[in-house]
Amino acid sequence: MAKIKKKIKTIKVDADKCNGCRGCEIVCSAFHSTPRYSTINPARSRIQIIRHPLKDVWLPIFAGEYTPAECMGREKYVIDGKEYDECTFCRATCPSRDIFKEPDSGLPLKCDMCEDEPPLEQPKCVEWCLNDVLVYEEREEEVEESVEMEKVETGLVSMIDKYGLDKVAEAIARISQKD
Amino acid sequence: MRYGETGYNLEIDLATGNIERVETDPKMMETHLGGLGTSVKLHWDRVPADVKPFDDENMLIISSGVLNATPAFSANRTVVTFYSPESDLLAYPMMGGFFSAELKYAGYDKVIFHNKSPKWVYIWINNDKVEIRDASHLVGRGALETQDLIRMELNQPNAQVAAIGVAGENRCFTASIEQGRSSASRLGGGAIFGDKKIKAVAVRGTQDINLYNGEAFMKEMKDMMAYINFRNTNPIPDVMTILSGIGSPQEMVHTDEKWHTENFMWGNARTRRRGFWDEKINEEWPRTQLEGIKRLISCFNCPQHCGALVAYKDTPRYMAKCFGKLTYAMAAYVDSMDFAWRTLQKATEYGVDSFSTPQILAFAVELIEAGILTEKDLKAGPTWPACPTDKEGRFLWLLDRVAHREGIGEILADGVYLAARQIGNGAEAFDHNTIKRHEQLPLKLGTMDPLYYLMYATNEKISITQIEGNWPQGAFPTMEQREAFVKDWPQLPDDSWKQWLLEWEPRGEKAIPYFPTIDMCCHIVDWMEMLHNIDDACCVCAGMSSFCLKPPYHIHNYPRIISAATGLDLDEASLKKIVNRSRNLHRALNNRRGMSRKDEKPPQDHWKRRFPEIEENLMSAYYTFKGWNQDGVPTKERLNELDLGYVAEDLEKRGLLKDGQD
Repeated sequence: MAKIKKKIKTIKVDADKCNGCRGCEIVCSAFHSTPRYSTINPARSRIQIIRHPLKDVWLPIFAGEYTPAECMGREKYVIDGKEYDECTFCRATCPSRDIFKEPDSGLPLKCDMCEDEPPLEQPKCVEWCLNDVLVYEEREEEVEESVEMEKVETGLVSMIDKYGLDKVAEAIARISQKD
Repeated sequence: MRYGETGYNLEIDLATGNIERVETDPKMMETHLGGLGTSVKLHWDRVPADVKPFDDENMLIISSGVLNATPAFSANRTVVTFYSPESDLLAYPMMGGFFSAELKYAGYDKVIFHNKSPKWVYIWINNDKVEIRDASHLVGRGALETQDLIRMELNQPNAQVAAIGVAGENRCFTASIEQGRSSASRLGGGAIFGDKKIKAVAVRGTQDINLYNGEAFMKEMKDMMAYINFRNTNPIPDVMTILSGIGSPQEMVHTDEKWHTENFMWGNARTRRRGFWDEKINEEWPRTQLEGIKRLISCFNCPQHCGALVAYKDTPRYMAKCFGKLTYAMAAYVDSMDFAWRTLQKATEYGVDSFSTPQILAFAVELIEAGILTEKDLKAGPTWPACPTDKEGRFLWLLDRVAHREGIGEILADGVYLAARQIGNGAEAFDHNTIKRHEQLPLKLGTMDPLYYLMYATNEKISITQIEGNWPQGAFPTMEQREAFVKDWPQLPDDSWKQWLLEWEPRGEKAIPYFPTIDMCCHIVDWMEMLHNIDDACCVCAGMSSFCLKPPYHIHNYPRIISAATGLDLDEASLKKIVNRSRNLHRALNNRRGMSRKDEKPPQDHWKRRFPEIEENLMSAYYTFKGWNQDGVPTKERLNELDLGYVAEDLEKRGLLKDGQD
């Protein structure tokens, strides 16, 4: 397979600096609303601050891939004496929990690094974090070319998981006929 | 579609259990904006003037403002309104934190409580689903403890919870409503919660808030972000550290407390301790403060660090902010930051205001020392020991009695003013630091300051920190410093005012009490109050606006920001008119409850050097400037200008406005 250059986008999270303001959640939901900045709803944000103030837990987590099934087991971390809830560090949109799902439809959310045309200098959450918790970094890596699952496909898979293949297929057929 | 606001209030009748989601009139935003403005209007319309604080009819409103839940920086206040058991006037303590945004995401601008519950309850608002739940198992629990217990019980880690502690349950007049690192503290909101048997209100919301012009709104915020960054890296020179930055007082960040401990009064606002901050204290207090602070934290959508998670030695964890760090130690004359951290934890769980409560306790200590409170007041009770004799033990014993309304605490829990009159036997003379029955900042100064005179006397909040802010607290000594300060001061409503600051001297004819002149004072105080009123309608933190020097929010950008959020077509004049309308309605409401010029007096010993003639002229001129008659009641002309003809009619019927007083 051919080698291609791939841009790796990283948000470095210095969680110790987080003051828990949730500005990242706000701007994320605003940026991803349609029309842009028309609505605000942190529940739609692709970044969530996991908060347990008295336990000194303020942890920004980004939405990752959708998964139709839970893991076989769960992990629980204790770091520097702080016990984190089960699956805290996991980025998946997963049936085991409510985060990273559209509150109305339950459809999965995924951080897209605020891809835009023209491209932004940095994702909105990074721009909006005035405490340098989130720092954006880019680098290039040489990787083997592969076909990545498109957003549409991810959405379809989750719809199939939720409603079953037959119903989704019927809906698509029906919509096609209308066209 | 509604913009900025949700367009719905939640109306809860605690007596019947009836809960209604009620659509609000969009016109209310045009006339009263939101937050405090619309809440005052609801109190005027619905609550009869003669309702007593503990009557069923004393409605309590928890309100968000028009900018909460939007990307507006630091728009995170929640305003609670009710007739105060302490002042008997309409109180509006505010808390920061995360509650108001969550409430709007749940789909409500306000929660309005009517009547009283027959048993202890908490309210669970989860978007469209609202329940009144049994809280009998939470009675006696701490205010902070209760919040986590409710989150666990509901399995809702992201719910925001406002709760009372034991002091609220016992209807202490300085009981607070606590919420995370914040609290609505002044004037006894916790007591009204307790009277209505509301232990807590929990809310979780996952719905949208709409912006009218999101692109324009975000442009304003982007400009503000640049300014916040600038201010955070460029503190104002030549002012005390606490005034040099933005945000609420950065009491958790700053460890050098020489200024507070040597300029504020210790005990019952009694002793100024020059030289207190010596070498030993300068080492011990900052070390102990830092030992207690686990992390600096903020409120919703605010980049500042006004609060802290406190994890001090074996003390249960809690969150703190502002001046509460020092108030208990200073009131108790205890030279120990260790005592301060420990006592604040206890007080936070009890749920008491950390400004007024320590003064009540210090007042009691003075009465003990003067022999007015005697052994019979300090003896053991059925469930508590006798009062210890050491300073620390005595102070904590008094705090316990007040929070539980036990023994002498039953009287002290009504606040200094009312307790002094109940105790009698000379106790009244020890009530020397209250205005309108409310304990003031423990500060006693030299020469009467005309700006502060007006602010202390006339503001409806009855608390200096809720009206001061944008104008420097004192004249700069050198012209060079003054010129540097005015050079970059776009927040001023009028550039010509810069000259006032340039001419203002620390001493002499161009110094207090003569300068700023009476006319200048009227303009400056009115401007500062107006900004607070805008903040309170938007529920923006005063720390980023009206309470600090050169803030991010000001009269020139506010109209654009509110217009972009709400769709209202506002300019400076129309915005001022709206908040003036609400401010005058608030005043009329308090006039209707008996407040007038006779009540508008700073404490007699607040300044050593008083100037009765200047003070009288100042008050008269300010009343005229505000459009009030010489009793402090808005005139018919003023009310009509503000489309408040119905208020004038009401005041006339009550004989508060008479013919010819326009």
